[in-house]
Amino acid sequence: MLGYIIQRLIQSAFVMLAMSALVFLGVYAIGNPIDVLISPDATQDIREATIRHYGLDQPLWRQYLAFLGRLLQGDLGRSFVLNIPVLHLVLSRLPATLELALTSVLIGAFIGIPLGIYAGYRPESPASKAIMAASVLGFSVPTFWVGLILILTFAVNLDWLPAGDRGPTVEIFGVGWSFLTWDGLRFLALPAINLSLFKLAMLIRLSRAGTREIMLSDTVKFARAAGLTDFTILRRHVLRLISIPLVTVFGLEFGSTLAFAVVTETIFSWPGVGKLIIDSITSLDRPVMVGYLILVAFLFVTINLVVDLTYAVLDPRLRRGRRV
Amino acid sequence: MAQFWREYRENWIATLALAVVVLIVAAALAAPLITPQDPYDLANLNLRDARRPPGFVGSGGYVHWLGTDAQGRDLFSAILYGLRISLQMGVAAGAVAFGLGTSLGIMAANIGGKIEQGIMRLVDLQLSFPAILLALVLVAMLGQGRVPLIIALVTAQYAYFARTAYGAATAERQKDYIEAARATPLPGRSIVLRHLLPNCMPPLIVVGTVQIANAISLEATLSFLGLGLPPTEPSLGMLIANGFQYMMSGRTWISVYPGIALILLIVAINIVGDQLRDQFNPRLRR
Repeated sequence: MLGYIIQRLIQSAFVMLAMSALVFLGVYAIGNPIDVLISPDATQDIREATIRHYGLDQPLWRQYLAFLGRLLQGDLGRSFVLNIPVLHLVLSRLPATLELALTSVLIGAFIGIPLGIYAGYRPESPASKAIMAASVLGFSVPTFWVGLILILTFAVNLDWLPAGDRGPTVEIFGVGWSFLTWDGLRFLALPAINLSLFKLAMLIRLSRAGTREIMLSDTVKFARAAGLTDFTILRRHVLRLISIPLVTVFGLEFGSTLAFAVVTETIFSWPGVGKLIIDSITSLDRPVMVGYLILVAFLFVTINLVVDLTYAVLDPRLRRGRRV
Repeated sequence: MAQFWREYRENWIATLALAVVVLIVAAALAAPLITPQDPYDLANLNLRDARRPPGFVGSGGYVHWLGTDAQGRDLFSAILYGLRISLQMGVAAGAVAFGLGTSLGIMAANIGGKIEQGIMRLVDLQLSFPAILLALVLVAMLGQGRVPLIIALVTAQYAYFARTAYGAATAERQKDYIEAARATPLPGRSIVLRHLLPNCMPPLIVVGTVQIANAISLEATLSFLGLGLPPTEPSLGMLIANGFQYMMSGRTWISVYPGIALILLIVAINIVGDQLRDQFNPRLRR
């Protein structure tokens, strides 16, 4: 087990290194950062001084090493536009996005998995067919369009919920959270539902497929022969057996939820990192783009690592160090 | 082929979806012929007609069945022209991604060794990274326009084709007919092109259908975020974005109708793809 953990850690470090090189090349080497930094009517002396100051006269590999060195010390540069350290900026926006993403993944799990198990348990019933039709819609309809319809229905026509912004937050450990007050929850509701629909559709499909397969297996036959009720079988055996692939997808989907939050945050003006990256792209704020991408890559690698380790705990074949 | 078509028609929902796709594509192709105005010829626009609800008879003397937008453009015409652009981008990106991904996947399966590992590592790494983020960053780096947008869509999507082609090719390569072809003096290239590739096509066609729908959806999302095509070439996503600001004041038709067109198209393509998947799946064969 320990060997497996160390092996996965080294792998993750390599992936991070590759990602940092790609992001660096992508954002700094394509296009000319000097044009953004220096106004076109600056004198030749100022130009050269600035280029030297940012180390842009150095060969590319040296620039990359310097970038990497600063990165390891947690220095991601300063935002061109806001003149705040990027790390500070991204971290101050991160809780809003994490709260949104976590809420929507939880909505997806607590509604999607039971619905999917039911649809797999009674595949021919009309309710199951309705669930599956809804999940096809959830898959196909673009997130931004669902967001618009949610605003139109619940904010404009019915006037039940606010259409955007984050509303009041409660400070805990210096970070503001929405889910602790009723008012905050009202602001959180629409964006979280919007973001959860895709996960919901996916979890329904996965748990339905898993349940259908397992219901035909010997495990279930024996459990039935032992006189267990169907509900106990579903809860004790089916749920546990479908949990292994679900954890993987769940983890990976959490990452993509962070990415799709870009769209949801823009529609609902939710002040998270997704809105930050769209703003920095439109204002050509390169350090913020790089900082965001590096942090997202880091989150992804960490999530993949955690998913693999959870897998190892859940799957006894991996736990004993055997290869599957 | 006739048998395939007969089986397809047994599923009336899929048949309806196919009809919707054909109808939308035909309407988009024939847009200049069937729309009452060219929505991007400024001489046709009259600001007195702006933001009129559906059914309004404008200064042009014809009925705006779906209303008009903020510039007095007939929405029905704007939607058909927008569909043209959305479909063009979706099909172009899908085709390039199909070609690139399939070549990489089949190459990896045939060459093996270090190259196989390298290609598939890259593909797997990319598949674990959300497509929308990749597309977003690329569009931000390369700027607006058709070519950058297609590059971004292809980069976000080729990996799905590569995975599928690789999976199909490794499975097919172990079958006897490839073994038999290898025993003949045929050059390796023609075994791959004439025997291996055609037999890998069914799963690739399914992925291709779904990916065209995804490309259209992704393009609409990028355009909605203001990162897609320039405003002179408005796709459906941009039409929806333009109407968004009028939604709060109750002028919902400007966003809602382009959105309905977009969703009809995407859902119909996905249903067709689902049906093809079922028909190609040998396990569901009777």
